Amino acid sequence: MSAKRTMTITDKLYRDRFKVDEDSHLWIKDPNMCVKCPFDFRCIRVCPTDVYKWQEEKVNITYDACVECGACRVACYNVGWKNPKGGFGISYKYG
Amino acid sequence: MTEKFDSVVVGAGPAGSAAACTMAKAGMNVLVIEKGEKPGAKNMFGGVIFRHHTEQLAPEFWKTAPIERHVVEYQYWFMTKDSHVLLSHRNQCFNKQFNAFTVHRAKFDPWLAKLAEDAGATIINRTTAEDVIKENGKIIGVKTDRGDVFADVVIAADGVNSMLAKQAGIREELKQDSVVLAVKEVIAFPRQKIEDRFNLGPEEGVAAMFIGWGPGMHAGFLYTNRDTLSVGIGINLHDLDTSGKRPNDLFEEFKSHPSIAPILQEGELKEYSAHLIPEGGYDQVGRIFTDGMLVVGDAAMLVNAVNWEGTNLAMTSGIIAGQTVTDAKKSNDFSSRNLAKYREKLEQSFVLKDLRQYRELPKFFASNPHFFTLYPELANELIYSWHLVGDETKQERIKEAKSMLFKRRSRLGLLKDAYHMWRMFS
Repeated sequence: MSAKRTMTITDKLYRDRFKVDEDSHLWIKDPNMCVKCPFDFRCIRVCPTDVYKWQEEKVNITYDACVECGACRVACYNVGWKNPKGGFGISYKYG
Repeated sequence: MTEKFDSVVVGAGPAGSAAACTMAKAGMNVLVIEKGEKPGAKNMFGGVIFRHHTEQLAPEFWKTAPIERHVVEYQYWFMTKDSHVLLSHRNQCFNKQFNAFTVHRAKFDPWLAKLAEDAGATIINRTTAEDVIKENGKIIGVKTDRGDVFADVVIAADGVNSMLAKQAGIREELKQDSVVLAVKEVIAFPRQKIEDRFNLGPEEGVAAMFIGWGPGMHAGFLYTNRDTLSVGIGINLHDLDTSGKRPNDLFEEFKSHPSIAPILQEGELKEYSAHLIPEGGYDQVGRIFTDGMLVVGDAAMLVNAVNWEGTNLAMTSGIIAGQTVTDAKKSNDFSSRNLAKYREKLEQSFVLKDLRQYRELPKFFASNPHFFTLYPELANELIYSWHLVGDETKQERIKEAKSMLFKRRSRLGLLKDAYHMWRMFS
């Protein structure tokens, strides 16, 4: 029997069903603000699905992993957030 | 589509479908728009739906609705990092008269929406509301990604992130300390294994909550479904922020707790989900009506965080909103002044009465986080020392336990806590 390994978020998201739009429903309003983030990168820290990453001096958004909880939006006013277009985004089978 | 309806309901969750069902039954021309590919596709909860309130829409619904199990036992786990004290209540009354049911929202919500549809409402899925349409300061419709729709009254049932309430100018941005981030997994087991592990009959279920294992205001939850468990954690977003921990890491910590891990072993992960819960209480409800619009359910922050109730507040607010709009139609008066009756009726119902009762609680727990950590710890330590045997006499043990107790919290502190709890609940 193999040693039990903690599942990563990527492993978990494989179980979820998404219909990915071409356009992101998430964006950073002012990328300059992120360079000296006053909140110690809350968007990155509170996101349950690792949508946000700090790469090459900017916040990178993997919007196709977003389950639309809204934590980032509440955590930081610099996060632009809207609902995905109808039928797109997360689609729970159980919920 | 450029059509005029008596009412457009945005969101086909429990609140929206209850509102639509109520209005359609009264002969109103109702449109429901839902952004998911079907109702429930965007919804998750760590919770139950309640017999009493669901029956107001469909008597004896459990005979046909996609429910999982009826709850016969409530468990409260008070934990430390390597122990727990379990308080559990099972009652045959819950078998004689059902109280609550576990459900999967992606299955239950479509059934509830179908009730509204059968009553005559039109439901359009895969349609996102983008903005409210205003005329002379009054809301007259909704701009969607499939065109504009118009109505005498728009009902915002668009959940905790309600964009519509903000666009209508009646909701400020949510505050971090007013929301709880819930992260959940649905884990599959053979049906028999669930019934063996929880000592349940074929249709019976357990609802469990866990405190003491995490930082700040937090809780874990577990619900037994037919052949899955819904397991998750909820943590106040502000406390998550200051803890410096990531949601999934906290969740994994919870799941690997020595008291939890055996319950979850050999399960197969089916789904990972996350959602916000509005737990700001009465003072965060704010304005829930304006000219041409009512706000219901999570969008109106109607969650009772103490008793873990939400779907019943959602359905009740939907029903009352539906009745208010039906009445308003008779006088053709959809002004804020007339729609204020919605708020008045909510104030007279258990919905806002309960929230008002617990009004001080969010603030109180925020400034007294020891309720979530110290008391579970003390309970565990006291019961541990009660059972531990050695060469000390019982009297020495009790003395030691007492001195430990008063070291952790002074006599005055304990008295103050008891007084606050008594005042809050009476």
